[in-house]
Amino acid sequence: MRYSSFLPALAVFGLAACSAAFAQAPGYSNLGRTPSKEEIQAWNQSIGPQGKELPPGSGTAKQGEEIFASKCAACHGANGEGSQLAPRLVGGRGPLNTPTPSRTLANYWPFATTIWDYINRAMPPKQEGSLSGSDIYALTAFILYRNDIIPEGQVLDAASLPKVKMPNRDGFIPDRLEDIHSLRARGCNAGHCP
Amino acid sequence: MSSKRSLRRQFLKNGAALAGFAAGAISSGSTTLFAADTPSAGAKDLHAYGERSRFENDVRIGSLALWPIVPGSRRDYGFRSPLQDSIGIITPAPLHFIISHGHEPPDIDPREHGVMIHGMVDRTLIFSLDEIKRLPSVSRLHFLECHGNSAAAGITGEPRKVPSATVQDTHGLTSCSVWTGVPLSLLLGQVGVQKGASWIVAEGAETGKHTKSIPLEKAMDDCLVAYGQNGEALRPEQGYPLRLLVPGWQGINNVKWLRRIYVVDQPYMAMMESTKYPSARLDGKSRWFESEMGPKSVITRPSGGQQLSAHGFYEITGLAWSGGGAIRRVEVSVDGGRSWKDAQLQQPIAPKAHTRFGLSWTWNGEEVMLESRCTDDQGHVQPTLAELTKFWGVDADYFRLPPTTADMGNFNAIQPWKVSRDGSVSNALF
Repeated sequence: MRYSSFLPALAVFGLAACSAAFAQAPGYSNLGRTPSKEEIQAWNQSIGPQGKELPPGSGTAKQGEEIFASKCAACHGANGEGSQLAPRLVGGRGPLNTPTPSRTLANYWPFATTIWDYINRAMPPKQEGSLSGSDIYALTAFILYRNDIIPEGQVLDAASLPKVKMPNRDGFIPDRLEDIHSLRARGCNAGHCP
Repeated sequence: MSSKRSLRRQFLKNGAALAGFAAGAISSGSTTLFAADTPSAGAKDLHAYGERSRFENDVRIGSLALWPIVPGSRRDYGFRSPLQDSIGIITPAPLHFIISHGHEPPDIDPREHGVMIHGMVDRTLIFSLDEIKRLPSVSRLHFLECHGNSAAAGITGEPRKVPSATVQDTHGLTSCSVWTGVPLSLLLGQVGVQKGASWIVAEGAETGKHTKSIPLEKAMDDCLVAYGQNGEALRPEQGYPLRLLVPGWQGINNVKWLRRIYVVDQPYMAMMESTKYPSARLDGKSRWFESEMGPKSVITRPSGGQQLSAHGFYEITGLAWSGGGAIRRVEVSVDGGRSWKDAQLQQPIAPKAHTRFGLSWTWNGEEVMLESRCTDDQGHVQPTLAELTKFWGVDADYFRLPPTTADMGNFNAIQPWKVSRDGSVSNALF
């Protein structure tokens, strides 16, 4: 009786020991390398609507005007009016409840932090990363000022930029996406979210 | 219409004729059964790496016909896959549709490439490609589809609306592959996602560093970090050496050249997701993060631009897919939607993958309207144009507007093809 209950236990133990050599989670827990703080900072370019990743530095529309002329105007036009090569950055305001809504930066974009983030990651083409944080605050201020969204003298920095309210901030549904992770909960049907 | 586009039309016409979509081919007595196995002069040696036959010449085409790309000019962003001659459900990688928002593939040395996962995690880690390949892999069949695919409104709407549109023009922004990689949930498990995290932000390594916010729930569900496509490494234009795969969701989520995943507690409202991809409604509000692609199907043969050469037997065949799950049923109508017959579904039928359907049909020479509609395993049925316009609160005229800035995505209305008495097939959406 004793032996008969002991032997299966031994067999189970043997199996467990055997599979431990191939066990998954502990087996590959050594994969992946821990980056340095500097490395993480260099890689992390995401700026969220709260702007908590925004770097130090600051800029005004006046400073931005000069940078815009040398770095942006060739494609976006001298006054941000846009061209065949790049979209309009200034103007295009108008009603959105038409079949042809104007989806310009001033008329449509919901967050000012997106302007900073996009210039930082993508502009100017082929010279991405060449602008300093202050350059980008200045360019953002210039674009927002020319669109009558901020006053000319406003200094944009990590604290003030996320507070700028874009004209169409409330034009999207559902309003608070962060509360609704599940598509089904958003009431999606046939590929459409009402 | 530019001369380039006209040339393309000519090419496609010839292509359709070459494809021999003809009953005549079946009864032809002139078929050569045995050809000499001597290669033609000047042919490449294909023993080391193969190429398709010189008689097969399908290519991708630009959505706006602004290609080839001329530096310093407006250019095409989207390149459509030639569905009209698709066979089965796998899209050959060189014909897989491309959208990279105007950025060219970066030249990435796979030995140097890695993906960093950081943010609200217990351990920030960089996984090299080699390390990712050491992890248990999975292979899954999945379609990818641009949210603008088959859309009638919007900047790419015009070529899909004209009667001469081919299925490449109308539906070419979808493709299907066997993707191989590691479940994203496995990598997220390794770094330890912290309490309170609810979204991830995925980023690519191309110039422009495309970024997309994805709910953590989806990331932990069925997303893949993929390095393989149809049995080979990803092609450069598909994200070599590593891309994100977000099955069933709008193409924009499937970040190519993946280099970073940031675990956060809200969507990050990157440029594309917050300004370009929302669908505008007539009341001035926009839907954003529509994410899941609805059930859609399209007949690929006979389809626009093709020619039935004789009365008699044809198989009506096409593709069906749904971001909600597996295709359960495809029905085909030859009378413009008055009556429907169940089509045969070919195996394999995988969730969130193209499914091939077929229906035997005899054409008696009359004018007919061919349509297909699918149902997925969630019970969602592909809508008619009328149902879709009702859902959007517009009338059908809205979709007849010239190319507008009202870019309405996730358009999945039933696609009608008209077969005329002369055997020509044309787009009959309107």
